[in-house]
Amino acid sequence: MKPAAAWLTGALIVLFARFITAVRGIWQGGPPAPGARVYFANHASHGDFVLIWTVLPPALRRLTRPVAGSDYWLTSAIRRFIGRDVLNAVLIDRTRGDPDEDPVAKMAAALDEGSALILFPEGTRNTTGVPLLPFKSGLYHLAKLRPEIDLVPVWLANLNRVMPKGEVVPIPMICTVTFGEAIRLHPAEEKKDFLARAEAALRALAPRRAEPGT
Amino acid sequence: MNDVQADFLTLLAAIGAILVVATVIGFVLQRRLSPNRDNASIENLNARIHAWWGMALLLAIAFLGGRIGVVLLFAFCSFAALREFVTLTSVGRADHWAIAGAFFLILPIQYGLIWYGWYGLYSIFIPVYAFLLMPIVAALRADTEHFLVRIAESQWALMICVFCISHGAALLTLDIPGYSGRNVLLIAFLVVVVQMSDVMQYVWGKLFGRHKIAPNLSPSKTWEGFVGGVASATLIGAGLWWITPFTLVEAGLLALVIALMGFFGGLVLSAVKRDKGVKDWGHMIAGHGGFIDRLDSVIFSAPIFFHLVRYGWALP
Repeated sequence: MKPAAAWLTGALIVLFARFITAVRGIWQGGPPAPGARVYFANHASHGDFVLIWTVLPPALRRLTRPVAGSDYWLTSAIRRFIGRDVLNAVLIDRTRGDPDEDPVAKMAAALDEGSALILFPEGTRNTTGVPLLPFKSGLYHLAKLRPEIDLVPVWLANLNRVMPKGEVVPIPMICTVTFGEAIRLHPAEEKKDFLARAEAALRALAPRRAEPGT
Repeated sequence: MNDVQADFLTLLAAIGAILVVATVIGFVLQRRLSPNRDNASIENLNARIHAWWGMALLLAIAFLGGRIGVVLLFAFCSFAALREFVTLTSVGRADHWAIAGAFFLILPIQYGLIWYGWYGLYSIFIPVYAFLLMPIVAALRADTEHFLVRIAESQWALMICVFCISHGAALLTLDIPGYSGRNVLLIAFLVVVVQMSDVMQYVWGKLFGRHKIAPNLSPSKTWEGFVGGVASATLIGAGLWWITPFTLVEAGLLALVIALMGFFGGLVLSAVKRDKGVKDWGHMIAGHGGFIDRLDSVIFSAPIFFHLVRYGWALP
């Protein structure tokens, strides 16, 4: 019963996402490939998971798990259902309530099972005017633990305009999800250098758009 | 089977035959000129032909669905067009409620009024009520940066994508003596003339196009394509007089107006695209770009055609 409900909810979420955003995936760095890999994306709204999920081929969708904060997704029955059963998220505790829980090890374990992960290295939703917040170090620690895993930058365009923080009604607008060329941690690469390189790889995917008055 | 359905089926068979011929030509061209799928023009032509099949099928289903089918089809086209248009505007956070209202309130109300057949209200609902209410909603958020630009863009989006497109469906509400129950054929006439005009402009332009009309706006538009396309569409429209309440000459003249307005619609909306720095409005229809790329000529011809028919042939 529950798996069927989760499948149906997932299908409805994808349908709704397509209705509102007519989302299109642009595979700039090569065609979609199965297997363990990390998609790291800019994060502006709760719809971000959904859009990446929607543009993935259905066969890959089932094996792709978002990494999300359990402090948010376990706080109500409906969030728990969507986070755990529908999206099959790898839930990590951002508040570090349990000192023994190691979020990076949890992600590595999911990769070892053959899952692909969706990670938002900014750590939280970006509601500022700047395009990208500085990355937290989680991506580096994961790359260090599993250096053979491909890290694919993914830029989500326009979703922040569809549903700015605090609004409840989404505005239909066309969104794109651009997948760039995978990067890996170089041997002996410093944390600071790696994070700067990852940020640059992601920012390079942002489409240029004319602003009013320019 | 009544005579509306018989005429409609004849028309469908003709469109089907044209598409079969186009598909065969596309296939032969691909075999001879683009065996490795590397000739962009041929591949684009075939993508367009495939999309045409889909559009013709969708239109046929909607027409068989009667009034509600037609209204829903045009409402969906408006929705998809508005979604493309709003994406390119500079509307921001302060316009959130005004734009949400355009999608989820104004658009359904406009099509509800057309379904209900209330001419007195659907012909002024957007130019009067929405025109005045939208800036009020936006002003309440007290963000004055680029206010006029944002308001003007959202008004334009509504007029182009909802008001103008809805006049295609509104042809159903006209009360034409001796033509009752056949209005859906008027929509078929409009759509066939406008789309054949586009296709024939493309064909004439590809075959004989030398002199560009507006190289900065739309490099593919040539005088040869324009004259050949509009003339062909006029003849095709005249040849369709038997599905309309018009005489042969009247049908030809109305087709001429439709083709001319359609051409200028394409020109104007190309100018908007240039201004916004994009090549296509979207990517929904393979080979054609977005919905607005396909609908631009309907957008400009539908309201004019509607009012000409209303003043000339319909009871008030």
